[in-house]
Amino acid sequence: MNYNAFSYDLRKDVADMIYSGKGGHIGGDMSVMEILVTLYFRVMNISPDNFGSTDHDRFILSKGHCIEALYAVLAAKGFFPIDEVKKNYLRFGTEFIGHPNVKIPGIEINGGSLGHGLSVAVGMALAAKMNGSGSRVYVVMGDGELAEGQVWEAAMAASHYHLDNLCAVIDRNRLQISGSTEEVMHQENIARRWSSFGWRVIDVENGNDSDSLYRAFMRAKNNRFRPTVIIAETVKGYGSKIMENKADWHHRVPTEKEYREMISEFQKRKEACWE
Amino acid sequence: MNMTADRAVICKTLIERAKTDRDIVVLCSDSRGSASMSAFAESFPEQFIEVGIAEQNLVGIAAGLAKCGKKPFVCSPACFLSARSYEQIKIDCAYSGTNVKLVGISGGVSYGALGMSHHSLSDIAAISAIPGIKIYLPSDRFETEFLTNFLLEDTAPAYIRIGRNPVPDIYSAGYKFEKDKAVKLKSGSDIAIIVCGETVKPAYDAANLLEREGISAAVLDMYCLKPLDEKSLIETASGVKAVVTVEEHSPYGGLGSMVSAVLSKSCPKKVLSLSLPDSPVISGSSAEIFRYYGLDAEGIKASIIRLLEEL
Repeated sequence: MNYNAFSYDLRKDVADMIYSGKGGHIGGDMSVMEILVTLYFRVMNISPDNFGSTDHDRFILSKGHCIEALYAVLAAKGFFPIDEVKKNYLRFGTEFIGHPNVKIPGIEINGGSLGHGLSVAVGMALAAKMNGSGSRVYVVMGDGELAEGQVWEAAMAASHYHLDNLCAVIDRNRLQISGSTEEVMHQENIARRWSSFGWRVIDVENGNDSDSLYRAFMRAKNNRFRPTVIIAETVKGYGSKIMENKADWHHRVPTEKEYREMISEFQKRKEACWE
Repeated sequence: MNMTADRAVICKTLIERAKTDRDIVVLCSDSRGSASMSAFAESFPEQFIEVGIAEQNLVGIAAGLAKCGKKPFVCSPACFLSARSYEQIKIDCAYSGTNVKLVGISGGVSYGALGMSHHSLSDIAAISAIPGIKIYLPSDRFETEFLTNFLLEDTAPAYIRIGRNPVPDIYSAGYKFEKDKAVKLKSGSDIAIIVCGETVKPAYDAANLLEREGISAAVLDMYCLKPLDEKSLIETASGVKAVVTVEEHSPYGGLGSMVSAVLSKSCPKKVLSLSLPDSPVISGSSAEIFRYYGLDAEGIKASIIRLLEEL
């Protein structure tokens, strides 16, 4: 299976949701897509059949505003039909709201406020160790999110407790709502920051390439005594020139013309994945 | 008279239960000493997690543990736990429905002379405004033991506020508490005093002092603030001339507000709310602060006599 090509199918699902629901965080959805596809389809032991049992792998989308990408992936994984999401997303009374919530099958914890996810993941990783379970815990954070102090409280605890069953992923797209992450709150030497907190750091130069991400996740799995952070260099709005590397696409809704253009470009780029 | 701190009772009860329940986990934020949890940490080191001085992380970790089947008891000073971790309580515990028990130790003005940074006088108001979380304030060792055992069986998230100091017995061994049901400590026909936590004892003493002066005061221990036992409240209030609430909290959003809201709707009565003030609280020991603001037995008695004269 070509997972990069598959990611373009799910990008179309996201664009459909946001265009018809008239809201969402499309830029981050696009940057994080290959990370989620790789985790759910190649790395994690998690499915509608084992979800809710004690020993499946755990996933937390700490950058919860990119829920549309997770809806698309969970639907593709069989947790619920994609048509149900497209029909209900952001509509009055829906459970398919703009951030993770536990009423949706496949979602572990509510989200929406940044900086919470890593702490919850630390708790899950500790529980897995206590239970003697082999389950691993994955959490995806945005790079802008790293300004939250709680992230570093959790980073401290994860290395203190040698949580080698914990893998964090930074969706390093270098943009946040107000502009460049480096201008809003400088965070270069991001790898050194994490390594100084006792984490093993794996850089992925192309965080929108599933094979590169897969190799990083396999290396993380073999890591012992330390938690791992994968810094995935991604492109915000990846998949369409209209959006790529543009901060105002953090949560912009495409016009009809833009929507058609991006769908067309997704298709072209998908076909190029096979070349 | 026996004097036991509620925090010691929680530790003892959890140690007893942890002998047969490997899922009980206690988490502290460099607070195991002040929470009296050192004995638990020593008895069950594999079921104790030290998080360090990081209250946001403390509550988030507890939610993660609960999602994986653990029964976490988070023990941290109420002033920090209820304020610094407020959003984690809201999202990770209440909204996510995780089985986290938050034990706010040294609650109210327990740390009296350390200043208002260490007081928790807005915790009930803040946490009761979050849907999906219960709130309890036990008043003595027997009620605390019952509550701890009950909370181990109940799967909803809950906030429990206890004081730091040893408190005298109100109940006796073998008393049969009922879950989420207030306890009528004393019947009365003139006035009903509704109380919780460390104001139960002075209110009960005040009722006995009033009795000597021919005033009949009922006392209701509303240890369950959320869900509030409205039925017992209405029953108690319906037989008296006026109602008095006494609480170790700000005048806003605590027991007095809750009682007034219920009675104004279902059993209109004059309600006098005795609390700490909406202004900087004087420093001193708990007992000194209670006395200064009229929350001790003599102060409660005097307020009730004035109230009855005004009716």
